[in-house]
Amino acid sequence: MLANQIGHYSLFLGFFFSIIIIPISIKNYNNKNQIIDNKIFSISFFQFFFVLVSFFGLILSFVNSDFSNETVFNNSHTTKPLFYKISGTWGNHEGSLLLWLLVLTLFIFVFLIKSNKQPKKYRILTLLFQQVIIIGFFLFLLKTSNPFNYLFPIPKEGLGLNPILQDPALAIHPPILYLGYVGSSIIFSSSLAAVVEKHISKIWAKHIKVWILVSWVFLTLGIMLGSIWAYYELGWGGFWFWDPVENVSLMPWFCLTALLHCILVLEKRLLLISWTVILSIATFMLSMSGTFLVRSGILNSVHTFANDPERGIFILIFLFTLIFFSLFIFFVFHKHNSQEIAKTFWLSKETSILFNNWFLMYFLSVVLIGTVYPIFLEVLSGEKISVGSPFYHKLIIPFLIPFLIFMSIGPNLNWIKSEIKKIKIQIILSFIIALIISFLILSKIGLVGLINTILITVAFYLFFMTIKDFFSKKFNNYSQNFSHFGFSLLILSILFNSILSSEKIVNLKVGEEFSFREETITFESIENIKNKNYKSIIGNFKIKDKKNNSIQLKPELRVYNQPLTITSEADIKTTLYYDKFLVMNVVKDYEYFNVRYQVKPFMIWVWISTILLVVGGCLSLFRRSYEK
Amino acid sequence: MYGKKVKLRILFLFLVLASIILSVYLILKSLEENVVYFLSPTEIKNLTEINSNKIRIGGMVKNKSVKIKPKKISFIITDFKNEVNVSYSGSVPNLFAEGKGVVAEGYLKDRSYFNAVKILAKHDENYMPPEIKEALGDN
Repeated sequence: MLANQIGHYSLFLGFFFSIIIIPISIKNYNNKNQIIDNKIFSISFFQFFFVLVSFFGLILSFVNSDFSNETVFNNSHTTKPLFYKISGTWGNHEGSLLLWLLVLTLFIFVFLIKSNKQPKKYRILTLLFQQVIIIGFFLFLLKTSNPFNYLFPIPKEGLGLNPILQDPALAIHPPILYLGYVGSSIIFSSSLAAVVEKHISKIWAKHIKVWILVSWVFLTLGIMLGSIWAYYELGWGGFWFWDPVENVSLMPWFCLTALLHCILVLEKRLLLISWTVILSIATFMLSMSGTFLVRSGILNSVHTFANDPERGIFILIFLFTLIFFSLFIFFVFHKHNSQEIAKTFWLSKETSILFNNWFLMYFLSVVLIGTVYPIFLEVLSGEKISVGSPFYHKLIIPFLIPFLIFMSIGPNLNWIKSEIKKIKIQIILSFIIALIISFLILSKIGLVGLINTILITVAFYLFFMTIKDFFSKKFNNYSQNFSHFGFSLLILSILFNSILSSEKIVNLKVGEEFSFREETITFESIENIKNKNYKSIIGNFKIKDKKNNSIQLKPELRVYNQPLTITSEADIKTTLYYDKFLVMNVVKDYEYFNVRYQVKPFMIWVWISTILLVVGGCLSLFRRSYEK
Repeated sequence: MYGKKVKLRILFLFLVLASIILSVYLILKSLEENVVYFLSPTEIKNLTEINSNKIRIGGMVKNKSVKIKPKKISFIITDFKNEVNVSYSGSVPNLFAEGKGVVAEGYLKDRSYFNAVKILAKHDENYMPPEIKEALGDN
């Protein structure tokens, strides 16, 4: 009760501070003083502090199962384990928005402290733009989705959290993803501020790159966590389904990755200024529209907490206001001043980054159209369609080939101009090695189609080029190299995983067995176990290969009591070479179990390589702080 | 007539525009080929021609229509006006049951036989794919 009230009041206090910071900042902006008033720091801190208190208030209400709070009542239950009571705080619409707000206020406070080498006016303007977003979210939260609504009479028991969300990976997926999403808000505000202040310079690029890297690292991690969860929890054995809710997180990622490369050009050559600003705006807009699409109920999925049209309309209006506002600032204040004459040879690092951006934008438009088109078609003509993976594969896979080639060659080029003769030998040598390796592999696994063959070759090419760079003496850009190496590994493992995966689906009674390739899978028995908030039915399966080595897999069916739901927990045996994946489902009232067995080669490498990508990003961050 | 810089800029803009047009054309074209339409059993009855495209059917699983064999599951999807026989070999979601909503993706053999390649999962008991909600609401 108390925690709930403290949370509620401190949310209002936070809102109060977010309003009064505006006139104070404007006053400080206009005076001649070159330093930011200390008052602004403290108010910004209080704004963050009260949202934090409010957030803890909500967590406490969840921990204590305080059902006088409507959000807790709707999403929690006394029998839920403590860990999921806590993660339930952001496992719902209201709480997750409070988390958005928390990260927003945290980031602007950190920005104010960390940007002390930048001009005062730029910092205050960034703060003001960020406050526009923060106030928008405060209003949204207080008006349409207050997490502290009272319920009276107080219910005895809550409705429970969707069991499919009661999972460790999914418990930390939203906060991590939000750090990435919301990080892009700082990029958005500060590039608009830099446009107005005409502060876009090499120094600014260096300073904003840190924020881009931080957002990129968290966004990548967040997407990976969601994908790991989908892999073992949804029971399809895949890790990416081109589902609209996945796509909306991928779109800002494409944009942010483009921005990450583009800011390098700005930092070194002061080129592509307008493009950088456009990308910064687009990244945040895509993060916002992601929130809109997911939360408004237009996309139906686990993420849709409630279908309240009022919320959707609010975000839509807010989104359009922000788009209009940012475009206005961009066109009114942005003057292109090309003092530095941009001489760039066609073969240079700049051009290869331009190509990188072109391809990323192309991938972005494919995903954007594939996600949005069905929505528009339904609104306009009432026809219902869905766009599946063949669409994305057909349009994205062939274009990965030139993308990977540019990725292998680009980092070896010089800024401004590269000599063709100098780079020739290494490039051809790596290419020959890649050709030989892929030829050897393909002769072993058989034909895989023309595009896959070429793709394997170029992915190996990138692989060897990055390995070569690790040992090259004059080359010291480890962070970039790490990420590119990780990416080549990611493409290779996804490719081999999809080419070599095999599965069998059968309907089985207890005691029966089936054979798959050279293995025999026996359904030995089932056992029932009663847990705190669910009953589990565990199947015992024995998998024996032809050498008589056997392993046990125990997929599980969980029958949750609150809300009444059945989930399947796959059992996965992971090794460095393959994953063996077994999941069973029950068809109600029949004695048959629907059993799906999959062998997925190199599955773990998909995750390892994504982590390498992230490590590359982190290395770049640490290197920067070391240089300081 | 124009300076070198202007010419370069025009060339650059031209390339960007051309590539945008090309990629949008490509995207829209393969969109046409790869979309999956959603139909109810009644809409299938009224089809003028049966083509080989992949479609989705939504409705209820008819009571006492589910038959399970080791490699095949067959059942009837109904919207309480018309019915379609579905045969399927693959994994079924947990909440697949008689009298419950279902969406099947696959190919039509004729107006009353359907080969499903995928049955879509529902995430929880209360959740109903919007297609089904609407298909049932129409009746």
